[in-house]
Amino acid sequence: MNEKKTGTAEDIVLSVSGLSKHFRVGKRTITALADVSFQVKRGIVTGLIGPDGAGKTTLMRLACGLLLPDSGSVTVLGLDATRQPLAVQQSIGYMPQRFGLYEDLTVQENLDLYADLHNVPMKERPDRYDRLLHMTGLAPFTGRLAGRLSGGMKQKLGIACALVSPPPLLILDEPTVGVDPVSRRELWDIVYSQVKERGMSVLLATAYLDEAERCREVVLLHEGRFLGQDTPQAFSSRLVNRTFTIHPRGSGNRRQLLRQLRDHRETVDAIILGDALRLVTRTSMTPEEAAGIFAIDPAQWQLEASRPRFEDSFIDKLEREKEKEGGGGSGLRAIKAGAVQAKGDGPAILVRDLRRDFGDFCAVKNLSFTVQRGEIFGLLGANGAGKTTTFRMLCGLLPATSGTLQVAGHNLRVARAPARARIGYMAQKFSLYSDLTVRQNLVFFSSAYGLSGKRQKERIRWALESFELTELQNNESGELPLGYKQRLALAAALMHEPEILFLDEPTSGIDPLARREFWGHINALAAAGVTVMVTTHFMEEASYCDNLVIMARGQVLAAGSPSELTARFSTPDNPEPSMEDTFIHLIETFEQQEAATGKTTGGRP
Amino acid sequence: MNPMRLRGLINKESRQIIRDPSSIGIAFFLPVLLLLIFGYGVSLDARNVPLALVVEKNSPQAMSLVSGFSRSDYFLPIPMRTIQEAEQAMMRRQVDGIIWLRHDFAREMLTGGKAPIGVIVNGVDANKARLIEGYVTGVWFNWLQRMKKAMGQELKIPVTVEHRVWFNAAVSSRDYLVPGLIAIIMTLIGAMLTSMVVAREWERGTMEALMVTPVSMKEVIASKIVPYFVLGMGGMLLSVLMAVFLFQVPLRGSMLPLILSSSLFMLTAINMGLFISVAAKSQFVAGQIAIVITFLPAFILSGFVFDIRTMPVVIQWLTHLVAARYFVDILQTLFLAGDIWPLFLINSAWLCLMALVFLVIIRKKSRKLLE
Amino acid sequence: MLRKILALMKKEFRTILKNKKSRMVLIIPPIAQILVFGYSASFDLNNVPYAVYNEDPGLASRQLLARFSGVPEFAKVATITRDSGIAPLINEKKVMLVLHIGPDFTRNLNRGRTAKLQVILDGRNSNSALISLNYVRDIVKSFNMQWAARHGMQPVPAQLVVRSWFNETLNSHWFIIPGIVALLALVVTLEVTALSVAKEREAGTFDQLLVTPMTPLEILIGKSLPGFIIGFVEATFIIAMTILWFHVPFRGSFLVLYTGIFAFLLSAIGIGLMISAISVTQQQGLMGAFLFLVPAVILSGFATPIENMPQFVQYITYLNPMRYFLIIVRASFLEGASFSLLWNLYWPMVIIGIVTLSAAGILFRNRMY
Repeated sequence: MNEKKTGTAEDIVLSVSGLSKHFRVGKRTITALADVSFQVKRGIVTGLIGPDGAGKTTLMRLACGLLLPDSGSVTVLGLDATRQPLAVQQSIGYMPQRFGLYEDLTVQENLDLYADLHNVPMKERPDRYDRLLHMTGLAPFTGRLAGRLSGGMKQKLGIACALVSPPPLLILDEPTVGVDPVSRRELWDIVYSQVKERGMSVLLATAYLDEAERCREVVLLHEGRFLGQDTPQAFSSRLVNRTFTIHPRGSGNRRQLLRQLRDHRETVDAIILGDALRLVTRTSMTPEEAAGIFAIDPAQWQLEASRPRFEDSFIDKLEREKEKEGGGGSGLRAIKAGAVQAKGDGPAILVRDLRRDFGDFCAVKNLSFTVQRGEIFGLLGANGAGKTTTFRMLCGLLPATSGTLQVAGHNLRVARAPARARIGYMAQKFSLYSDLTVRQNLVFFSSAYGLSGKRQKERIRWALESFELTELQNNESGELPLGYKQRLALAAALMHEPEILFLDEPTSGIDPLARREFWGHINALAAAGVTVMVTTHFMEEASYCDNLVIMARGQVLAAGSPSELTARFSTPDNPEPSMEDTFIHLIETFEQQEAATGKTTGGRP
Repeated sequence: MNPMRLRGLINKESRQIIRDPSSIGIAFFLPVLLLLIFGYGVSLDARNVPLALVVEKNSPQAMSLVSGFSRSDYFLPIPMRTIQEAEQAMMRRQVDGIIWLRHDFAREMLTGGKAPIGVIVNGVDANKARLIEGYVTGVWFNWLQRMKKAMGQELKIPVTVEHRVWFNAAVSSRDYLVPGLIAIIMTLIGAMLTSMVVAREWERGTMEALMVTPVSMKEVIASKIVPYFVLGMGGMLLSVLMAVFLFQVPLRGSMLPLILSSSLFMLTAINMGLFISVAAKSQFVAGQIAIVITFLPAFILSGFVFDIRTMPVVIQWLTHLVAARYFVDILQTLFLAGDIWPLFLINSAWLCLMALVFLVIIRKKSRKLLE
Repeated sequence: MLRKILALMKKEFRTILKNKKSRMVLIIPPIAQILVFGYSASFDLNNVPYAVYNEDPGLASRQLLARFSGVPEFAKVATITRDSGIAPLINEKKVMLVLHIGPDFTRNLNRGRTAKLQVILDGRNSNSALISLNYVRDIVKSFNMQWAARHGMQPVPAQLVVRSWFNETLNSHWFIIPGIVALLALVVTLEVTALSVAKEREAGTFDQLLVTPMTPLEILIGKSLPGFIIGFVEATFIIAMTILWFHVPFRGSFLVLYTGIFAFLLSAIGIGLMISAISVTQQQGLMGAFLFLVPAVILSGFATPIENMPQFVQYITYLNPMRYFLIIVRASFLEGASFSLLWNLYWPMVIIGIVTLSAAGILFRNRMY
């Protein structure tokens, strides 16, 4: 029987058939996987794509023998993962979502541990360490504690640990979450090199849709169900003649247009991309037909066909799934925000020469920028660039060491409380009371902002309705799916109708659909006159902003509108660089400069 | 168990301990601190008890009784003029007792009547009150003998009690409390050191990464026990040295049973901590459980201050669940009495049983699955 | 302002009482502890196991020994006939004491000479040894009185007439059980408060709270009130148990006691919130609470008197609110004390409370990175 399996396993490394898995959470049963079957081929990168709660992690854990399936089977390299978990674990490399690096051990010690655990013979080690450290660029940091590495470096070390005894199959669970674009690119290079040099097979889960295009094959999962498996190109080719770009010609309001597009039932997806808009339609059509159907004013806008991307097909697929379930394409509806009257005039936020030191470490230095009322202002930067520190100072959570800080016309150094009444803040991770229900959270935050009586009731009703939380209002907020948590957090921050909204990486970790919906709300708020200040490391989201600042090591590298920034790095080879290209270019230039000056001054790392 | 994997895990665990100042602090700093506070703070021997002396009328007899109280180490006599004044002082907790000699004290004594010596003690702290009563009786008895001797007579008392307190002739409560303290402190430390270590791995996600490697759970458990055992024994050694050299508690037993029982107890405490950790899966809950089930039960139910033999039977059974009780018994005996093997063996057997039961539960609870 | 505080308080209560587990933590341990500790924490000895080693054939020795077998304090477990029998019994803790009567006990008594009762005690628990020795002396004393009266012996010229106030029978339960009120009230309030800020810090909700227009004072009050209410309820429950279940007499006024509870809770909550405000993680909060709790209990006079401690340790105890409250509880129960006797115990707790609460308020805002 075994022989037969190894025979077919010649080019199949992972075979899943009829796999189902349920979890009990409290009294509810959650279906993580329902009758999923597919196969992963040898020697290529297979992407496992799906929104949150699709069952990606459960599937990977089942493949590693860390969970037992309710029904169905997983065969890994010819071994049954349920019956021979130890044998499977001996032969695969697995990197969980939050890779368990021992943060209090050094890079070298982490490698040693995993080498010991995998019984790597002593004499093979120096050679292998050498190669891994070189490949990951961690060679200069072997003595550094893993906890002191940047997010990207941690992930690279995680991969290095998983590769310490080179496995024929490498399973990576969202390896690029929370990693800046530069490190993301490097991580992919490592994965590719393993596939190319060792013929390794890789199964990789990701929520970044642009990454799906880097996989040879893609498996789509949604709510525990298998939606399809194909090459990314094959997926996107189904959308030929359904994707369009709308460029501005005059001074038309792109947010208004966006709303107009989103409200149309022919629209599958519409997003802002820098100055332009991108549109995916339900049926195929020519640009001329589209301009007619969507009533686009040719004087203001120019609509042209564009190449479909994997992302478009993914959104299309999910929208169709939702429709099948009878939910209707709800993701695109945006909240109705009441117009905000700005009290006073002048810029919403004024920052001059802002500085913050922690001991002798300077987290933010000489930061200056201005945010106008009613604009979406982005703060971009790699991990540790000082985004969060800046944000905390802007919200009055952290006193500045020096510099001027004005929010809504109030100097934050002297008048924190009045400024706080006019801002809304949504922290990086879900930070509402998870043991209270949705409604209790809203009641609490509205009371904390001093709302009472009729107005409080009205605002709570508004929040429940606008964010479609009415049905869930008595659920414990900690048990909500991530997307809903995010909605609730936004709702709580909006209870007192703030003039300025601070969002610290609001979309990290949530899936593309929820992200789109979220930006729909933000756009609606901006259209109503709310100033939105946002940090993000999704480069595509940067292009949703009106203006942005790119930071590194506490300094501003560049500022301007997305199109201005990308235009700066336009080269003959790459006439229309993406935001990601721009960002990587800026960071790399900056780091080279730092390295150069570092050498002359002998500065610290 | 694979030696290379086990070595790797133990190395890892030891390095984490060395890097984490809090576990070093818990193992070495905490016992010193606690032993200092408790060693000096916990004593049941009343010394310099403030005592109001009311002598309504001076007489040689009264004077000699008063001098008896003045000379005693146990008392700090405060002369007062009236019984009312003394009672006020007692209400205000300025004195713990009153000795009251009425104006006719000397006359009654000389007429051969039974002259009453009024003794009033504050009974709120019953234990202290009883001790004071005992000390007063001692002073009174000595005084009687002195009086008789002065008169050239012998005090005629039908039966006298002659006592010999074995193991602790000076009846110093510190000598029995300090060994008990070591047991209490090491219970806390063993549980605190390990109650969070498995939970920590779950929380930080390192457990999942560990589980997909070919390690067995046996290896993981062993790698947690060994380094913390070494660390805990270090703390134990420090405590014993402090007891002997700082608090001058005699150590009459020999090293072998001391080392054996300490090891056994440390193992039990660590296993208990690990059990909490495995059961809790969150550092926070683990810490909470560790505190709830270690400190107060060890303090009250171990025989450290309150004698187990005097508790109701049901509660005596309950005390068998408190590992500290066996070690308190062993340590008190080893320090004060010496090697008393039958006692040592029974208590060690109980400790063995507890360590084993915990180990079995840990093994059962820690399957190599995420469910 | 009131509305915001009430909202915060309501939220705190909801998070504390939300799930069954956290409700149980507040209910089960106090009941279990008051029951177990109430019965076990005692210095009184019952059924002290003893052995008799009587070499005297006479009647008097048997009369004396009969007195021992007739009282609940003692329980005879062995009779020995040789010197060598003593050591194993005591060493192995089979008995706490051995009563040794020499061969000429009755003869001496009958001839009017002083007879000796030798008591050999296990000194490993010196406190038990002393107390059982006192019991032995009491029995011998009453035997002596009877003997002297019956044989026309001249009585000793001066007798001790001992009376004890407030606790006539010297029942040490009366001392310990009211102390448990203080012990459990402290544990519960620390449990509720010491983690409340750290928990929010960890979940990120504290930032969310700080960006609202609530002032630190409002946050402080909102966070303190649940501790107060829970502390009052638990204290009341334990007081009721003490009076109704353990029948400890309550002789004072509830006003005096509850004023004390208020001051004590104020200080306990202040300390709890301060620990919480200092800690960044719940773990640190837990550790901090623990590192406060253990010395606070040991150095409070709960089991061992403060007066027996060395002077410098006594100075430390002035910082311990439990020290003051313990006296108030015991005085309220047993002494029936009034405000005038206790006023100097209230203000130190209030000062500790105010200082720690202010520190917590300042730390709320200034410690957040």
